[in-house]
Amino acid sequence: MDKLDPMQPIDIEEILKDLDKYRPRRRGWTWRKKLPEGTKIDKYEYYQISEPLKKSIPLPAAHYFNNIDPQPDVVITSEIASGRFEDDIRRMRMAAWHGADHIMVIRTLGQSHFDGLIEGTPEGVGGIPITRKQVRATRKALDLIEDEVGRPINFHSYVSGVAGPEIAVLFAEEGVNGAHQDPQYNVLYRGVNPVRSFVDAAVAKKIMAWAGMLQIDGAHNANASAKLAWTVMPELLVQHGINCMYSVKVGMPKENIALSTVPPVIAPLPEMRIDLPYAIALRELFQGYRFRAQMNTRYIESDLFDATRVHVINAILSRLTSADLQSTITPDEGRNVPWHINSIRGVETAKHTLLAFDGIKKYVKIDQEAIREKVRELKMRAILMLEEIINMGGYFEALEAGMFVDNGYYPERFGDGIVRKKDGELAAGTVVPRDPDYMAPVCEHFGYNNLPSGIEKPCDLIGGCTFHNPEKIQFIDELDETDNVNLRLERIKDMKNRKVVKPEVEWFSDGWIQIDMTFSLSEEYAEAAALAVCEKLGLEEPTIIAKTVLHPAEGTYVEIKAKVPFEIKIDELQLPKKPEVLAEEELFSFVEKRPIKVVAATVGEDEHSVGLREILDIKHGGIEKYGIKYIYLGTSVPPEKLIDAAIETGADAILASMIITHNDVHIKNMRRLNELAIEKGIRDKVLIIVGGTQINNDMAVENGVDAGFGRGTKGIHVASFIVKKLKEKESIS
Amino acid sequence: MKPRPDDFLERSKHLQKMSDEELNAYFWYLVEKVVDPLVELARTHTTPSIERSVLLRMGFNSLEAKKLVDMIFERGLLGKGAGHIVWRIAKEHNIDYIEAGRRMINGEYWDEVDRIFKGVSR
Repeated sequence: MDKLDPMQPIDIEEILKDLDKYRPRRRGWTWRKKLPEGTKIDKYEYYQISEPLKKSIPLPAAHYFNNIDPQPDVVITSEIASGRFEDDIRRMRMAAWHGADHIMVIRTLGQSHFDGLIEGTPEGVGGIPITRKQVRATRKALDLIEDEVGRPINFHSYVSGVAGPEIAVLFAEEGVNGAHQDPQYNVLYRGVNPVRSFVDAAVAKKIMAWAGMLQIDGAHNANASAKLAWTVMPELLVQHGINCMYSVKVGMPKENIALSTVPPVIAPLPEMRIDLPYAIALRELFQGYRFRAQMNTRYIESDLFDATRVHVINAILSRLTSADLQSTITPDEGRNVPWHINSIRGVETAKHTLLAFDGIKKYVKIDQEAIREKVRELKMRAILMLEEIINMGGYFEALEAGMFVDNGYYPERFGDGIVRKKDGELAAGTVVPRDPDYMAPVCEHFGYNNLPSGIEKPCDLIGGCTFHNPEKIQFIDELDETDNVNLRLERIKDMKNRKVVKPEVEWFSDGWIQIDMTFSLSEEYAEAAALAVCEKLGLEEPTIIAKTVLHPAEGTYVEIKAKVPFEIKIDELQLPKKPEVLAEEELFSFVEKRPIKVVAATVGEDEHSVGLREILDIKHGGIEKYGIKYIYLGTSVPPEKLIDAAIETGADAILASMIITHNDVHIKNMRRLNELAIEKGIRDKVLIIVGGTQINNDMAVENGVDAGFGRGTKGIHVASFIVKKLKEKESIS
Repeated sequence: MKPRPDDFLERSKHLQKMSDEELNAYFWYLVEKVVDPLVELARTHTTPSIERSVLLRMGFNSLEAKKLVDMIFERGLLGKGAGHIVWRIAKEHNIDYIEAGRRMINGEYWDEVDRIFKGVSR
């Protein structure tokens, strides 16, 4: 398979074929190619966009603007964590089409404590086990996906835990483009021995530097871990500083080092006034480094709209300051159901906000004088913390004393910081001094290395290391016969063979659906009622995933996930008939020979003319385009007036737009048009066509008119119908 | 750390007069002071994961790398470098080093390893 077919699902079996021979096409990170300020997409000017995609799905409102899909200048991240790489790959393709070019694969729970590499394709929890097979298959799929969308896609995961250096080697060999690496993360949140964590990190970072990988640090986790997240702002500056300096010292170029930053607070606090000085202090101190703006997950509740609001505000902050990457997490992380749709929503939210604030700094400037005091204060608090760390005897001593992730706003201390012992925690006692004759016959190895004299390139000793001679890389396929992708694909193959499908949220036909409902009940009763509804519907494993109290007594809104117990047979599905469309040339030549005139209006109490204008106007590809003349009578026109106008102008057709009403006024109006036309003796001379978002052809024909057009109708559909009917009536060819 | 109130105003007196540039420079001066000993520690030490990463780069697979490093660590020889030991044994016997490593996993050559790297002779 050299190429994906946009109309076909990605074939996982093809991806897995000959995987042992697959080599990645490149190493290193790729930024988007910025377009010059003032570049026009269609007729609209942009200041912060990058090269367009070959294939993409634009934002929902794009169809009003010729379906343009401008791509912001900022790399957009999608975090993907289904636990099965074969489904992750499908989601990556979805995300890429919506504008993500940084795919961050979350690792399975517990991999950071796994002493060594995992092999094969076992299923993960909350992420996937990172293995050579999984990484290689994913990179291979991403190579196809990037060709399809026309933009390089950065593949990213984690170089952390007690196997950091090995994972760094794996990633460098397999063309992984970016990774989280921050020894402080291991120490504070994974309970790995601090010395082990820092010693490992130096080797891992040096390898990442060779591979040109973008490194993202882990400082944002302090924000996510502290109870009062905003109080860790001074410490965040310190943590970023330690990882940045450490990385530079082991040989990583500054431009490949990204700070993972999160706006520390959210509303109901005065969010911007707290977050903005912090964002500025950070960007001033860390000039030359990259900024990965992450959305604040600390406060995300299970409410999708709330999560989306947070994302939007966070991305606005990126535009008011700067960002090199805008990361999205599924906005439903709060309830731990990272579904396809929510990954895509996250990407859309980032793209929407970045585009909405394109070039905003042309008009809006931050008042540097007004904000200076706050910016300086943050820097000073961070400096004071560093002074105290040094006074305590250094990093490890400060760590043992509980300096980090204390909820006090430094220098304030609550005394509740995370304490980690220098000689304790996981993998303590595994760090060994290098002897004077220590030697490693491989390249890109950080630290003391007593190579034999005369050796310049260490791997000359062994005829090349895997970095210079990738032929030497060994590929292990599967180790576990009961937990691997081949077994999982059997289920999929079986369903595809039987041509059946189930709804899904993260895995192929996993059966999960989400439903929502509102009850005129208090919270507790509403929850119970919602579960009762699911039971009556025959749904399995119903679980409440979110709720909103509309009023303590008047109503509660409930969202539920549940599994459907049945399959849908694809061959038995009834598809709505598509309206017949004539070739454009045929329409043009017919109307030239046989001019057509129509009268049009919205009928009844309908003031909505947008839909009708799109059917009529040449601008919108309406019937005017084909030479059809129209007389537009306006909105809320009575049927009588339309019929009179048709008689007066000798129209060939009447186009009446209508909305569906509760008391069936639209039905009465259809019948009335028909009856009036009969009364006045023009029914055989005039076609009566009705349209509207909820109109369908059957309903229209039942009520005496010639055709009804619903949502999604274009001018060509209506023009085709009129021409076809006239041909039949008048036998014109 | 013991709880303490926010004494920022008092504690930051020596910083208040610094310019923005001076604050930025001082911040990085202090960061470097914290980081330097950590870098030195890494330069002069190794770990099982580091040594497995060396064997991976030499072309061993993860299972082989793990076994070899475990055996070398148990013998207290990690400080010599796992790759070093395998490379040296291969040279002694004039065989391919991957083959040497596999034989070591099967229990061969360890007396020799002790002789060469611990100065033990039997």
